[in-house]
Amino acid sequence: MPSFKKCFNIRSRDFIHAGEASIAVQQLLKQMHVDSNLIRRIAICGYEGEMNVVMHGGDGLFCVEIDKNKIVLNISDDGQGIKDIAKVMEKGFSTATDEYREMGFGAGMGLPNMEKNADNMIIESENENGTTVQMTFFTKSA
Amino acid sequence: MKASDLAKEFKLTVVAGKDGLEREISGGHCGDLLSEVMANAPIGCVWLTIQIHQNIVAVALLKEMAAIILTGGNVPDAETCAKADEEGIPIMLSSLRSYEIAGRLYNVGVGRER
Ligand SMILES: Nc1ncnc2c1ncn2[C@@H]1O[C@H](COP(=O)(O)OP(=O)(O)OP(=O)(O)O)[C@@H](O)[C@H]1O
Ligand SMILES: [Mg+2]
Repeated sequence: MPSFKKCFNIRSRDFIHAGEASIAVQQLLKQMHVDSNLIRRIAICGYEGEMNVVMHGGDGLFCVEIDKNKIVLNISDDGQGIKDIAKVMEKGFSTATDEYREMGFGAGMGLPNMEKNADNMIIESENENGTTVQMTFFTKSA
Repeated sequence: MKASDLAKEFKLTVVAGKDGLEREISGGHCGDLLSEVMANAPIGCVWLTIQIHQNIVAVALLKEMAAIILTGGNVPDAETCAKADEEGIPIMLSSLRSYEIAGRLYNVGVGRER
């Protein structure tokens, strides 16, 4: 099966459309009859990654790539980047503003939940040069 | 039990997403921190929250929820209702706090192991 890739734009601070890329990917995976538990894990990872771009990052791109044995989510943005990756991975660490906290964001649980639900997660960030989060999900236990 | 049954039984005001009212409810979740809800809400649940902005509809869709109850007299934004109508996610209102609604739902069997 040839691999299949699709990308969606994410706009920084656009709370009106925030979540739409994740929902589109969820629907796509349902149409492709991907295992429903896997779709649920990908939905959590997609949403948390997408919201991080909207809240903390810059404009970005949300890509899903479906291969024979794996599904890869690649979420990148051209925002301020992450200085200390170990720090942001700590449960409870958040730089969310009071406004975002009032909206229910900022528990500092997004990245830890992404790491927990993905089979593999890599964060790349050059200071002030944006952030890329890549998550891999294996579809077959080889 | 369906969302429409809950609305009748507990006098909830249905303000949006009427197309989804006949969906079966298979559990419940209370929470106002979105990443906690994303991590822990069970699929098919009714979600009790005080958050009113339209991102709650995205959370409900991604978690395959049956319905949302806004508690404590909270009223959703117009955009939230529009989005919920579009997606068929019922939003129901109650003046009671999440704790009280949760207790009543639990008493009629929502989210309880049979
Ligand atoms: N794309 C990004 N660009 C810049 N900083 C980011 C990005 N993603 C995450 N961060 C930083 O990492 C921190 C932790 O992220 P995490 O998703 O774990 O928590 P949060 O977004 O603050 O809260 P929650 O996800 O629980 O609502 C953020 O507060 C922010 O400082
Ligand atoms: Mg986050």
